[in-house]
This record gives sequence, structure tokens and C-alpha cells, in this order.
Amino acid sequence: MTLDVAWADRWARLSAERIAAAKGELTELDRQIGDGDHGENLDRGFRAVVAKLDASERPEQVGDVLKLVATTLMSSVGGASGPLYGTAYLRAAKVTGLPELDPQGVVALLEGALEGISARGKAVPGEKTMVDAWQPAVDSAESAAESGASTAEVLAAAARAARAGAEATVPLVATKGRASYLGERSAGHQDPGATSTAILLEAARDAADEAR
Amino acid sequence: MTASDGVPVSARARIALVLVSHSRLLAQGAVELAAQMAPGVLLLPAGGTDDDGLGTSYDRVSGAIEEALATTGGVVVLADLGSAVMTVESVLDLEDGFDGRAALADAPFVEGAVAAAVTAHGGGDLAEVLASAEHAGSTFAVPADAARDDASSGAPAPAGAEGGAVSAHVALRNPLGLHARPAAVLARLVAGYDATVTIDGVNGASVLELMKLGAAGGHELAVAASGPQAREALAAVVEAVEGGFGEA
Repeated sequence: MTLDVAWADRWARLSAERIAAAKGELTELDRQIGDGDHGENLDRGFRAVVAKLDASERPEQVGDVLKLVATTLMSSVGGASGPLYGTAYLRAAKVTGLPELDPQGVVALLEGALEGISARGKAVPGEKTMVDAWQPAVDSAESAAESGASTAEVLAAAARAARAGAEATVPLVATKGRASYLGERSAGHQDPGATSTAILLEAARDAADEAR
Repeated sequence: MTASDGVPVSARARIALVLVSHSRLLAQGAVELAAQMAPGVLLLPAGGTDDDGLGTSYDRVSGAIEEALATTGGVVVLADLGSAVMTVESVLDLEDGFDGRAALADAPFVEGAVAAAVTAHGGGDLAEVLASAEHAGSTFAVPADAARDDASSGAPAPAGAEGGAVSAHVALRNPLGLHARPAAVLARLVAGYDATVTIDGVNGASVLELMKLGAAGGHELAVAASGPQAREALAAVVEAVEGGFGEA
């Protein structure tokens, strides 16, 4: 199994499907601790991504697909997740100017994305944000790659850790973003941004499975 | 060439403003407000998403900055809420062609836009216009008395200063007093002279500080000026106040 341009293309399209399916769930999570537009915004963004992919020539490098996703999200999402995910995909694109990724390439992609999110949102782990899904995803991917796992296994480890990270945001009190306005009352709800991160990384893993 | 309110269009505005809001209407409204006070400055709105929904668009923001840079030397950007700030930061981060000629102000949207526009109208450079916007936050938050203390402590001692200090008292003739438009007229006027001017103790070149005086019609303003063009600046301020800013 290879993580090539076809995989990146499938990842983007599967992300659009999964986000569309989870639109109601994400909006409900965001309604509880944010402004209730996360599902709507991301769905609009990823539908624009698919339209852009359909209209473009198939690029030659994984990073080209990620860059298309980045610029499209930045211009069509509207809310904070636009520049946040946009910067994440863009930083990831910068380190994936390759026809296909090996396990180290997957780790580099995830590290780039985390770095982009952190730089843009100025968040650190524990603040009940997307970072709480990205950070464990990067950590798990790194240790999987170090122990000699395959690209698919590295991606699977990242997706599992992102989902666990999202679920672990439930008891946290938000100190960044819109949810921080609620203070203590933000505890008891799962963070919508961390949840969408888990959905996107699960889509990355499943797009790789479909390649086999 | 004059603008609709008869104020000469300044050829000196080197800096443009791009006003970024979640709302297309809010960005447009802020442009309208700032334009009334600084008609010679290029002001571009970048509000809403590509389909005019609530949110910000990377393309609209980068397009507006690019358009402004085509005809001016620099752009100061103001943004309203969290994700608008992130969108602007993304644009400034990723667009290589701006070469440090565009900067985001850490300033309140409306007050910052008005203060920055007036400073740009007076011929300020990128750093000066940016500082003016960012100073608007503290000017807005502190009471007029504190701003007054601030201005007097920061100004050079008027008595015996080089170039001679001069002062005068002049009554506000127009019924509404020193409201937004006249305050902007005075601030622009003051900025055009090589002089330090205080009006009732506050910085005469700051539109926000003048507005915060809340000086009503009939109030007698204490005007003091120092510096090389102190006399000319004083005379111009007195003339403008006595003329009632063109208001009955």
C-alpha cells in the first residue's frame, strides 16, 4: 500500500463525506460551547475542496493536494477553523512535496499540521482545542514510526490517538477560543475542533485502507 | 480636487487601510465612518465570506491588500473578531509579495480605524499609522482626565520651549461642539504643522482624545502650541473653531 497522490485525493474526498455526515453532530457540540457553526462551516469548506479537485488536473505530489485543500478551506470556511485547518494543511504541504510518503513522511505531515495549528491559534495541549487531538496524534505516529511500523500502521495510530484525545477534552475547561468565554461551564462537553480533527485523521487512515 | 464635504483631498496619504470584518455591512460601515473623517485616504472593506455570509474570506482580504498596495506605499489592516484576525495573519504569513508593506493593528476595530485613518490623512508612514491605531485602544479605555495627564506629561514644557509657546482661548460656536467630524477636522489640521498642540490639555492631533473631551457648543477651549510652527498652528486652530467648522 502506498500513500501517494491518489491517496491524498481520496483523503480529501472522504473527509468531505465524513464531515457532511457529522455536520449535525459537530454543530450540536459547537452549539453547546461555541457559536454553533463548526459543522456548517467545515461542510461548506470541504464541499468547495471537492469542487476544486474535480476542476483541477491531478497533481504530481502529495503536497499539491494538501495545498489545494489549504487554500480552499481558508477562503470558504468563514470561521476560525478556516485559517486554523488552512494553515495546518499548508504547513503539511510544505513537507510533503513528494510523489509518495513513507512512515517518516506521514510523521512529517502530522508534525507540520500540528505546528501550523499551534502557530495560528497560539494554543497548547490542555486548553480544550484542536491541539488536544493533533498533539497525541503526532506523538503516537512518532513512536509507531520509530518502532518500525508501516505507513498504514502509523496513520492508524495517529487516528486512534486523535479520537482518544478528542474524547479526553470532555472534562477540560476551555482557556482558548470561543468556548473560553464560558469558563468552568465549558467542562462536560467534547471540543468540536478536536472532534473534527479526529474525523479528518480517521478519513486519512480509511483512505489508506481503501488503497490496498 | 475636493471631496464631498469640501475638504481638500490630501495628496499626502501614503498609507491605505483595509478593514476586515465578519460582516460585509460592518466593514462597509467602518469604511464609511472613517472616510468622513479622512477623505484623502484609500479605505477598502473586506467583510464577509465569498458568498457574503458571516465570516472572513482569505481571498477578499488578500485581494483588498493587494489592491491597496498597487497605489499606496503601505497598508494597515484592522480586524474585528478572533477568526478575522487569524485570516489576516494567514494572509500576511503566506503572501510573499507584500514584503512587510502590510501590517495588522492590535486595535479596536472602529476606534482604531478612525484614529489610523486620520493619521494616514496627515501623511503618517506605516509605523505611525499602526501606532495610532494601537494607541486608540488605551485612549478609548481610559477616562479623559487620564489622557489629559498623559498628554501634558509627554509634551515638551511649553514655557521657554524652543520656537516659543503660544496659547489662546476660543469658544466653540457650533451648537454640537467638538463631535466626531469637527474633532477630525482639528486633528488633521494640527497634524499638518510642525508644532505640538494641546487643546484643553489633550493631544490636538488625536481625534479620539479630542472627542473624549466632550466639549459642547459654547465651551471655551484652551489651545496651546509650541514648536517651530506654533504660531501658525495656533492661528489655524482658532480660525477653524471660530468658523464653527461650517456648522450653523
